[in-house]
Amino acid sequence: MPVGASTIIEVRDLKKYFTIKTEGVSEEKSLLKAVDGVSLDVYEGEILGVVGESGCGKSTLGKTIMRLHDKTDGQVLYRGKDLFAKDPSAMKDMTLKMQMIFQDPYSSLNPRKKVSKIIGQPLDIHKIGTPEERLERVAQLMEEVGLNPKFRTRYPHQFSGGQRQRIGIARALALNPEFIVCDEAVSALDVSVQAQILNLLLDLQEKYGFTYLFIAHDLAVVEFIATRILVMYLGRIVEIADKHELVGNHVHPYTQALFEAFPATSPKGREMKKRIVMGDVPSPINPPQGCHFHPRCPYAVDKCRRAYPPLKEVSPGHSAACWVVQKDI
Amino acid sequence: MAEKKEILLSIQNLSFSFDTQRGVVNAVRDISLDIRKGETLTLVGESGCGKSVTAHAINQLNPMPPGKVDHGKIMFRGTDLLTLKRHEIEKLRGTQISMIFQEPMTALNPVFTVGTQIADVFMTHQHMTKQEAMERTIDLFKLVKIPAPERRVNSYPHQLSGGMRQRAMIAMALASPEPGLMIADEPTTALDVTIQAQILDLLNDLKHKIEMSILLITHDMGVVAEMADRVVVMYAGRKVEEADVFSIFETPRHPYTLGLLNSLPSNTKYKNARRLEAITGTVPDMRTIGAGCPFENRCAYASQKCGQEFPAETVLSESHSVWCHNYHMVKEG
Repeated sequence: MPVGASTIIEVRDLKKYFTIKTEGVSEEKSLLKAVDGVSLDVYEGEILGVVGESGCGKSTLGKTIMRLHDKTDGQVLYRGKDLFAKDPSAMKDMTLKMQMIFQDPYSSLNPRKKVSKIIGQPLDIHKIGTPEERLERVAQLMEEVGLNPKFRTRYPHQFSGGQRQRIGIARALALNPEFIVCDEAVSALDVSVQAQILNLLLDLQEKYGFTYLFIAHDLAVVEFIATRILVMYLGRIVEIADKHELVGNHVHPYTQALFEAFPATSPKGREMKKRIVMGDVPSPINPPQGCHFHPRCPYAVDKCRRAYPPLKEVSPGHSAACWVVQKDI
Repeated sequence: MAEKKEILLSIQNLSFSFDTQRGVVNAVRDISLDIRKGETLTLVGESGCGKSVTAHAINQLNPMPPGKVDHGKIMFRGTDLLTLKRHEIEKLRGTQISMIFQEPMTALNPVFTVGTQIADVFMTHQHMTKQEAMERTIDLFKLVKIPAPERRVNSYPHQLSGGMRQRAMIAMALASPEPGLMIADEPTTALDVTIQAQILDLLNDLKHKIEMSILLITHDMGVVAEMADRVVVMYAGRKVEEADVFSIFETPRHPYTLGLLNSLPSNTKYKNARRLEAITGTVPDMRTIGAGCPFENRCAYASQKCGQEFPAETVLSESHSVWCHNYHMVKEG
């Protein structure tokens, strides 16, 4: 934890289960445990990166924290206040300070609305300022994210993917938030545009002191932007640490596999690279008993097949959920 | 570098355009490239650069119309593929030039088992009996390391995971008496990184085992680093740089190639940096592109000449060429 930083978001044993119909003709339903008991603190001013492969629950985690999904169990506290409290007006006050940037700049912008309307909508909803003041604020926001304010009467389809993502960012900034969830915010972009948007997110964070929960499947992007990283696998956190600690001293076998699988940054020495032989990600509907990772884990022992390991500190600020690492076998 | 092998496929001065309602898009302009026996050539570039159109021109997979070959030849084992009739190219697709796609779910037929679909290739093109074809299919499943192949041939595509489906697609691509060229169009883009690593390993293994050539289309420089022997970098329909994979990464000479490498957050130069050296601006509108270098409006090294004419090839070494007026100003790193 950064010295002196306060906690902005507390997540306590959060669970989000989806009920889904199973294949075939029977009416049988099963549970998909997308987020299955996640606890974490987000500190003010940090960029907490969340990585994992598809189906690990990283997006569901972000959306449940934003209350875009209802929780199944657990708690999310924003500065000590329960986000899932019943009172809708208190909820509205809190959402002022929490915003989200989405992956797909095509489906997350209403194609029938002008850009000024899209960016100004949060101001309209919360009735902030006069119409003239709102227009002025929209122009200022557009400039802030690198869009020419004279394009405010255009529609989303008249912009490129990168420009649309800037529109989505401007909308997220409209209410002066403190905490922003970036859900795969650069994944749909070409690499040269991705670099521009990453720089923009960092500029804004420095200027306004935002706290980001930065969700992405791309380890390189998270490694670059985050100050702390957590790794998820099938609904649970398997490892969490400060960026440099996680990159340099990761201990969980799944984190190791992720780093090894990541394509090289140069062709040098590629023949020497370790081969990955670990099969497919199991279905999150019926995850393996015990540690969910054990069928793919080269170090699995008997205990791993029976019980799920707790997330325990292995060094200050660095926790991992692995029996073998914890030497508890 | 190893001695030069025989050329298997040669694209010569290919220009390809699409006549759309909103104007003519010159998707590919004057592209030439050679693929040699047993090598992996990667075509790399961002969305809309023309890499897929170039590759799809080889086995006539671009929709025509609105697509149209404006110029050029594609020579493969002595014939110009662009002159072939539909049934002739179809025959070639099943026997000598195969293709794997980004999303195997859409490339496989959902109502037939994967085994049937692959056995079909043997029955159609090699006139095998159904039983022989199934046996060969099981062999191929073993080759691409699908576990329990005898059972898996009876699975429908939706019953397989994304990685397994891609293995089945690769098996189908190998269902040929003389696999010559495999065109792999973003084969791992839809896959998770641990699965991607396994599929790339498999492709590399196969390449050595059966001496096939791979034309790999990708936007991911990481995949290029893992797979390529040679690299062609495309931008807005043009080839801007071509080199062996080591030269591309160590001594890029086109400002766009350098910009692409600098855009990667995994670039080791960013170990402790808080900003990336991004390329400014956006890709030009392909309908209104002029005669000059298409990168001119985003290029830090652009001079007056760049807006007027597309540069000629500069040969830097036997394996490295660049198309840039000001390449001498570009320093690596």
